[in-house]
Amino acid sequence: MSLLIGVPREVFSGEKRVATVPEVVEKLIKLGFRVTVETGAGDLANCSDDAYRAAGAEIAENAAKLWSGADIIFKVRAPSDEEVALMREGCTLISFIWPAQNPELMQKLAAKKVTVLAIDALPRQLSRAQKMDALTSQAGVAGYRAVIEAANGFGRFFNGQITAAGKVPPAKVFIAGAGVAGLAAIGTAAGLGAIVRANDTRAEVADQVKSLGGEFVKVDYEEEGSGGGGYAKVMSEGFQQAQREMYAKQAREVDIIITTALIPGKPAPKLITAEMVQSMKPGSVIVDMAAEQGGNCELTVPGEAVVRHGVTIIGYTDLVSRLAKQSSTLYASNLFRLTEELCKTKDGLINVNFEDDAIRGLTVIKDGEITWPAPAPKIPAAAAKPAAVAPVAKKSSHGHGEPSEPMSAKSMAIMFAVAGALFWLVGAFAPAAFLGHFTVFVLACFIGYMVVWNVKPALHTPLMSVTNAVSSIIAIGALVQIAPPEVGSVARPDEVIRWLAIGSIVLATINMFGGFAVTQRMLEMFRK
Amino acid sequence: MSASLATVSYLGATILFILCLGGLSNQETARRGNLYGMIGMTIAVLATVFGPRVATLGLPWIVGAMVIGGAIGVYLARVVKMTQMPELVAFMHSLVGLAACLVGFASYIDTSIAFTGAEKAIHEIEIYVGILIGAVTFSGSVIAFGKLSGKIGGKPMLLPGRHFINLIGLLIVIYFGYAFLHAETVDAGMLPLIVMTVVALLFGIHMVMAIGGADMPVVVSMLNSYSGWAAAATGFMLSNDLLIVTGALVGSSGAILSYIMCSAMNRNFISVIAGGFGSDGGSPAPKAAGAAAEPVGEVSPILAAETAEMLRDAKNVVIVPGYGMAVAQAQHTVFEITSYLREKGVNVRFAIHPVAGRMPGHMNVLLAEAKVPYDIVMEMDEINEDFPETDVVMVIGANDIVNPAAQEDPASPIAGMPVLEVWKARTSIVMKRSMASGYAGVDNPLFYKDNNRMLFGDAKKMLDEVLVSLKA
Repeated sequence: MSLLIGVPREVFSGEKRVATVPEVVEKLIKLGFRVTVETGAGDLANCSDDAYRAAGAEIAENAAKLWSGADIIFKVRAPSDEEVALMREGCTLISFIWPAQNPELMQKLAAKKVTVLAIDALPRQLSRAQKMDALTSQAGVAGYRAVIEAANGFGRFFNGQITAAGKVPPAKVFIAGAGVAGLAAIGTAAGLGAIVRANDTRAEVADQVKSLGGEFVKVDYEEEGSGGGGYAKVMSEGFQQAQREMYAKQAREVDIIITTALIPGKPAPKLITAEMVQSMKPGSVIVDMAAEQGGNCELTVPGEAVVRHGVTIIGYTDLVSRLAKQSSTLYASNLFRLTEELCKTKDGLINVNFEDDAIRGLTVIKDGEITWPAPAPKIPAAAAKPAAVAPVAKKSSHGHGEPSEPMSAKSMAIMFAVAGALFWLVGAFAPAAFLGHFTVFVLACFIGYMVVWNVKPALHTPLMSVTNAVSSIIAIGALVQIAPPEVGSVARPDEVIRWLAIGSIVLATINMFGGFAVTQRMLEMFRK
Repeated sequence: MSASLATVSYLGATILFILCLGGLSNQETARRGNLYGMIGMTIAVLATVFGPRVATLGLPWIVGAMVIGGAIGVYLARVVKMTQMPELVAFMHSLVGLAACLVGFASYIDTSIAFTGAEKAIHEIEIYVGILIGAVTFSGSVIAFGKLSGKIGGKPMLLPGRHFINLIGLLIVIYFGYAFLHAETVDAGMLPLIVMTVVALLFGIHMVMAIGGADMPVVVSMLNSYSGWAAAATGFMLSNDLLIVTGALVGSSGAILSYIMCSAMNRNFISVIAGGFGSDGGSPAPKAAGAAAEPVGEVSPILAAETAEMLRDAKNVVIVPGYGMAVAQAQHTVFEITSYLREKGVNVRFAIHPVAGRMPGHMNVLLAEAKVPYDIVMEMDEINEDFPETDVVMVIGANDIVNPAAQEDPASPIAGMPVLEVWKARTSIVMKRSMASGYAGVDNPLFYKDNNRMLFGDAKKMLDEVLVSLKA
């Protein structure tokens, strides 16, 4: 019997998202599941009951019916106490939980003997887990929406324009914090045509900022700000002083500030002081994306847009819900990818497999037993860097075009021993005439090695064709055989040798002329 | 011309050859390098022809032979298509090998050079070894030529107990070598010499037959090296330092190229240079008994119009060409797309894997032919770090060189091979005829990644469509 996925209406005030959308319902049914949606669950995200029905879902008329029937619950917000009370023993809940912040909720859920997968507990550093990363997808939506809110509150164009009446300068936007939300904001603002600057304590994100069309503003102070795991850490006093100066300077210059600075488990850092707000041009806009954690701006009022000193300060905490259709669709896709991982057999049954690092990390309660926090996942060597951080440049040393790594002492010793033995053999038995040639030969090998080692890979083909032409030097061998001057009276099978030599000369000259000519042809094609 | 003058000329030619190879290391100096080579060769030939070792009555023969050979050579160089370069190079290797054999035989029957004692033995060993290398180079190159031009199937032919067969061949060669050295007369020595030649020819055939299509870069550069050693052996045989030096230069150059190719495929250099593609080597690696993880997920196809859309919206584009592009002759369309995008301010670059194509540097030559400027053509090491900042990667007819399994799956047969990390880009588009696996017989998890799209069809046709939609 395939399992029934239940999608309740979100009850948290102001929450407009829904945990699945009709397009994803179809995919879930293809995986073998049945889906029930509470009536009106998707209304605020522009997904009607009819659309769900058309996609193959059942509609449950109230929450009680839905919760009592479902084997798996898809939710956005962590369940309220009433919802926990409705839960059926043995069912599985997939939702945002924030186990660290909600210990009481964890206890209640554990008491219900359910299994809980907290989408926020996903080990994000696993590259395989990126498709399920709802934190990232939602932060991206929030970053986009922050720019739209800023544009809405701002009285001018974002892009510079040249109108018949004169020139309009582009808006200047400063974005504090270049995490997922910050990067999405940079991309959106740059897309609207604004001049975008951004700052982050983690210097390694500078390239990402640039890649999205932003300019990275450095703090004039040396300190490494990576706190491990892709998050920033609290910085030293000296750094903070320099940072404040930089923010004060930006505040005077820019029209729009979007702040996204968060430090996990701590109140948001106060980056924008009241004086800085005062120094901004009238009509400027601040969007404080950290409002829920207290805000990056001293004057932020969480959940509201206020005007202080002529500056609009937007502290909405529901930016994601303000783009409910988009964020729901992305969240639903994240959950679908997770479901795929849980149901590899495509038979509508799930397997919470603790061997799987991603699933192990997500599972915070299994059959009533708290399994959070998960042990650090075994990270495959290739994905050692967290996905959220700019991958640190890794230089693979397979070394042509640059000196190779020194050999190990052991193989070096073996090489020298073998070479020594060979040289001794040659020296002991070979006649003097041979030794002269041998010397030349060995030295030539070394010269060849030195000269060719630095050849650019792009020129490998011309190099081969030119060495080909050069190796037609073998013609010399044939030339000296064809008609040597008379040496006494020894009978010599002239005819046979001549024809053999002529054959070799023809073959070698094909090579000689062909090789040089084709190299020339190729080299002429290479151009800047 | 006196003997000393000839020797000095040889010295000059040697220096010019060294300068020639050195010049080839860089695009700016490459043409001059080639010129040095030509001058060196001219000096060497003239010094020999007018030197003390050639009597005037030989001149007509020499001129006749050189005119015939030169005409054929120039004709071939003119008509060859750039996609056929690997065939031409293999063909030329076979000529050097055959010439070395002929010179060896001529030298053996030449009674005018008489040695005694150790010198005689050394001379005969030199002849024997020279012909051996020449014969292996010749037959190996002929087979390589056949495989590259498609006259012989690209699939590796694996005889049962092939290492055993090679070993027996080696023993026969050693035995007859002994017989050859102890032959009293030229006629008595002829039989062992011919038997050895036949064995060497068979060995060359067998060695290259056992190698599959995508390993051709290693084979071609290895034969390049062998042809150099053949020339060097001939030099020993004839006591000619110019031949020794030049042969050694070419031989070590080819050996370095093979080494670079080997490390690009994560193969063992020694086993390749000895011609012994072991069980870990060239054969299509046997599926490691289910140990290699099967990729999971869905393949997302894409249309040419959508590809054009993505390219138009991108800031950074990297194109990864492979053998498939050469087969489809798509390099000119690739260039048109490139120049269109570059005009629009898109940063388009090319990423070349060292073993892309069928010979070292094959892709670079094709792109150069299509007028792609070489400063936007990057090597693997130069560009691998840039993929995370790349919006769109277009993989044209390549497979194993972009396979993430080489890094992620230790059980994969290609584990450890350096690859282009295209999956780190925002989106990768793989152009392929079908879902068939690459040469190594390994499924490619790249195709199943979320940020990968597949553009199925003939590379040329699809790229033409992309170009049309771009310009629309």
